[in-house]
Amino acid sequence: MKNWDSLNLFHHYVLEIADNTLILGQQLCEWCGHGPILEQDIALSNIALDLLGQSRLYYQYLSESTGGNFKEDDFLMYRDARKYRNSLLVEMPNGNWGTTITRQFLFDQFHILLLQKLSESSDQRLAEIAVKSIKEVKYHQRFSAEWVIRLGDGTQESHVIMQDSVDELYKYTCDFFVSTEADQYAASNGICAIPTEFEQLYYANVNGILQEATLKIPEIKKPIYSGKKGYHTEKLGYILAELQYMENMYPNCEW
Amino acid sequence: MSAKEWPLWEVFIRSKNGLHHRHAGSVHAADAQMALENARDIYTRRQEGISLWVVPSKEIVASSPEDKEAFFEPAVDKIYRHPTFYVLPDEVNNM
Repeated sequence: MKNWDSLNLFHHYVLEIADNTLILGQQLCEWCGHGPILEQDIALSNIALDLLGQSRLYYQYLSESTGGNFKEDDFLMYRDARKYRNSLLVEMPNGNWGTTITRQFLFDQFHILLLQKLSESSDQRLAEIAVKSIKEVKYHQRFSAEWVIRLGDGTQESHVIMQDSVDELYKYTCDFFVSTEADQYAASNGICAIPTEFEQLYYANVNGILQEATLKIPEIKKPIYSGKKGYHTEKLGYILAELQYMENMYPNCEW
Repeated sequence: MSAKEWPLWEVFIRSKNGLHHRHAGSVHAADAQMALENARDIYTRRQEGISLWVVPSKEIVASSPEDKEAFFEPAVDKIYRHPTFYVLPDEVNNM
């Protein structure tokens, strides 16, 4: 059994970032072969692979910084939902094309701001990962924002579907901006700015694009925070069941 | 073509500086911007290029197979139109 209590605040901080890209990447993979047209099917799979690739860089770094006590795979395969630190938004189901695009859009807009801060990190390795990832995420951000505008300001039908998705998912964005102990540790050690520092900019960017897409900006009545603290919806359990299935059935399998 | 289907675009890729754009294939897309992005996703995933062109397929004017004789055969016996009688120095690439 791994002693997860041995992880420190630095590890927890990196997990907050890595788990977001892992869970979203895993979810996007489900679209492979099911996209509305071949071109978009491939586009989403590209994004999924970018995100999974980024996750690996973080987990590999984590593995090294625990002196190899935890392997890259341990972080993915041997943690249950309670130990995952992703934000709630990324574990929301794929739904229809509009839901997936909206979820992607709300995440990408956050992801790019986070990576820009992280690229100035006092931790050289994290700064390097951020610089590499920014190139990919700039494209994700452009892709999802264009689709939000295209569909929001599209037909009557696409507009309604997009508004439903925005109404459903928008409230989960506050989860990005809760300051956990790990976030505070990261901020006070120059690893990365506290997320609230770019919260205003995030909503300005997001709301600007929603307006351009002729979509109504929902009011957040009851903010939902918890993913980064390890409290998740039941949906994460299903995602992990699938992600960890092989390892559970055939521990340490190789191919 | 049904009204629900997006128009077809031809994709041209330049693999590196100094070379021409070459035809790579085609994509479906609703407009030029989407065509560029779809082309990027489908045709440049394995570092195939550094520059992309997309052109609406319907804008391409093609020669017709019936014109083959008149168009192309007169060139067959005019070997002197190729600069093959010069010796090029080794330093000259990509001619």
